[in-house]
Amino acid sequence: MAKKVALLQGNEACAHGALYAGAKFFGGYPITPSTEVAEVLSIELPKVGGKFIQMEDEIAAMASIIGASLTGAKVITATSGPGVSLKQELIGYACIAEVPCVIINVMRGGPSTGMPTGPGQSDVMQARWGTHGDHAAIALVPASCQEIFTETVRAFNLAEKYRMPVQVLYDEIVGHMRERIVFPEPGELEVIDRAKPTVPPEQYKPYDTSFGDVPPLAAFGSEYRFHVTGLNKAQDGFPTTKAEYVDAEERRQISKVENEKARADIESNEEYLTEDAEVLIFAYGSTSRSARYAVNELRKEGIKAGLFRPITLWPFPEKRVALLGKQVKAIIVPEMNLGQMNLEVERVVKGTCPVISIGRVDGEPLNPGQIIAQVKEVK
Amino acid sequence: MAYDYEKSIRPGKLPHIWCPGCGHGIVMKGLIRAMDSCGLEKNNTALVSGIGCASRLPGYVDMCTLHTAHGRAAAFATGVKMAKPEMTVICLGGDGDGTAIGGNHFIHACRRNIDMTYVIMNNFIYGMTGGQFSPCTPTGMKASTTPYGNPDPTFDISKLAIGAGATFVARTTAFHATQIDKLIAEGIKHKGMAVIEVLDDCPTTYGRRNKFRSVVDMMKKLKENAVPVQAASKMTAEQLQGKFLTGVLYKEDKPEYIEQYAKVIAKAQGQAS
Amino acid sequence: MAKRIEIRFSGAGGQGLITAGIILAEAASIIEGKHAVQSQSYGPEARGGASKSEVIISDAPIDYPKATIVDACLAMTQESADKYANGIKAGGVLLLDSDFVSREPQGDFKTYKFPITRTAKEEIGREIVANVVALGAVVALTEVVSREAGEQAVLAKVPEAFLELNKKAYNLGYDKVKELLK
Repeated sequence: MAKKVALLQGNEACAHGALYAGAKFFGGYPITPSTEVAEVLSIELPKVGGKFIQMEDEIAAMASIIGASLTGAKVITATSGPGVSLKQELIGYACIAEVPCVIINVMRGGPSTGMPTGPGQSDVMQARWGTHGDHAAIALVPASCQEIFTETVRAFNLAEKYRMPVQVLYDEIVGHMRERIVFPEPGELEVIDRAKPTVPPEQYKPYDTSFGDVPPLAAFGSEYRFHVTGLNKAQDGFPTTKAEYVDAEERRQISKVENEKARADIESNEEYLTEDAEVLIFAYGSTSRSARYAVNELRKEGIKAGLFRPITLWPFPEKRVALLGKQVKAIIVPEMNLGQMNLEVERVVKGTCPVISIGRVDGEPLNPGQIIAQVKEVK
Repeated sequence: MAYDYEKSIRPGKLPHIWCPGCGHGIVMKGLIRAMDSCGLEKNNTALVSGIGCASRLPGYVDMCTLHTAHGRAAAFATGVKMAKPEMTVICLGGDGDGTAIGGNHFIHACRRNIDMTYVIMNNFIYGMTGGQFSPCTPTGMKASTTPYGNPDPTFDISKLAIGAGATFVARTTAFHATQIDKLIAEGIKHKGMAVIEVLDDCPTTYGRRNKFRSVVDMMKKLKENAVPVQAASKMTAEQLQGKFLTGVLYKEDKPEYIEQYAKVIAKAQGQAS
Repeated sequence: MAKRIEIRFSGAGGQGLITAGIILAEAASIIEGKHAVQSQSYGPEARGGASKSEVIISDAPIDYPKATIVDACLAMTQESADKYANGIKAGGVLLLDSDFVSREPQGDFKTYKFPITRTAKEEIGREIVANVVALGAVVALTEVVSREAGEQAVLAKVPEAFLELNKKAYNLGYDKVKELLK
């Protein structure tokens, strides 16, 4: 049988990706340019026995998905930068309490209300650092409608596997444009379900590190009974101020994502003509499409340009970018903000090559012409 | 025979953090008796709280317990209840937590008439942070941030809940210990959003600043000013001046949210509704 | 090098130009198996203002999803003509609703016009299908998809009760332009 194909908006593709991954609960609040994710899920979730709720505000939306996730459901919310600003409080809660959830951020500009119908990429640092306290972050940055589908599935997998919030960031351009989607068959993409506790209820501790960096999370309403708090806690889940417990838990919650093995599992990149590249363009999301167009044009003129495209933005692909920094004459970082990832690339290449930012924040897409002109300047 | 609270308290979690004379412990005991009388199963009951002295309550009780962020209990609880409707969900917290920072979540939980019980311990003050005034601090009274007397008007939590759409609203006090469990139990059995406001005392940060000589004084005031709703109907406005009503203040049968959403599911799945 | 064709539909918000773009993209990508990207931009108004919808069609995967140099542009109103009838390539085409655009954009392209909205109103009897008349006209003008693929995509999009109406509208637009091209 031929696979189902459809011309879908990025936001619609996201909703279908969530359903494929087994999402059973959406809690949200309306915000442009993300609303189609909610609209599609309001139709589709009840069909599969799932729940959709529109909450009273962004914080409540985040609270509702954490509550639902604790009952064992796969959960998702969708918003934009201003919504994530509000959700930051409970993103921190999901980090410390280690509750799996997926947060979609369809980026527009900012700060504040900014330009709701214009594209932006200015939430990439918010995705990394947006909540108080030290914490790990996983953020994925798909660049096409098909990839929004597959990366949404992967976001659920990572959230469940690493027991934490995972953000999917894409800008308004990809969120609202339409491309042909080929729906994967069931089983074609990996779908990871939450690990269940294996110990008898009376021995269960929600943060029991004898089961590794990511202890299994039981569900409310099952035979397991436990306590969840946003306070620093010991392995049994109850609040503690004991220095050694607090320190160990904080460090574990970061290292569970940043250790070598986890990084290798979480990181995902695409390289295009980087083998012999003399100028590297580091670009993500819709801007990477402009960059690829630019690379093709530049190659026609004999200029050896290449593209590095992170699909996982956080954790940052430090090793590979550092290596490329030693190979090329310069790295150019086009982004629809004023140089946020540019800072990270600079940090990682440690001065081995110049890092040049191209920023655009006027609500217009960053186009190939801008990138081509900058590369030629380097040459 | 004395009631056995031990079976509902988590081993090793006492002593609690509450000050001597605080009414929260009385409410916790009332809650335990109420849950027991309703036959609630520990594995099937979620206690959800926000932040504050009162919100520490779930940590001591042997149930599925969720100590959330400041003000957010009702929103977390809504997620729990929606995702697992077979669970009994009880929210707990204080006046500042529930009606200031969590005011929006509180009124919308009432509006949806979702099948939860919200026990709100109103001690008229932010206790945990050292006694700043809350939306429920009576006008003119002293708090650490109203050194000249509170200029703010006051929320009536029960009226707020009724106005917002809760379908079971009751009020009692920490003095009326035996009424606490009866009202909470009635709230749990009620299909829809039940709000039980328990007027409470905070001797450490409120009593001390407002010339209450002792906890007994504070309890006496709760006792003296409480007027059962049945009695109030026979009293004049003058007689009711400075008093508050206790008992079941409001009860209504209205479509409940989880049931309403079940109809959405039936429609979406093409079943008759 | 893959052939990349860029088409821009513009008009007032609520006129259905975004839908016209979507139908064209479906004709190209779902029916004809080419690559297509449709995007739009609009202001805060749900109705009125000027809106545009762009469709990029190529036989290879499409990188940059927005227009770079436009092959064909449609403008249904003066405001949209002023705002969006630009960046048209030398030798490209511009299609105008002659009743609503009096100040014609100038450039190194060929301009075609006919009263698109009036045609829908008078010859089909429903002004609301002006976007489908325009779509037929754009397909005829560019031949970026076959006439049949365009029609099939229109019919797949509209409610059953309006199949005939839209089929007529699409073909009327198509024929009007073929007349102009004679």
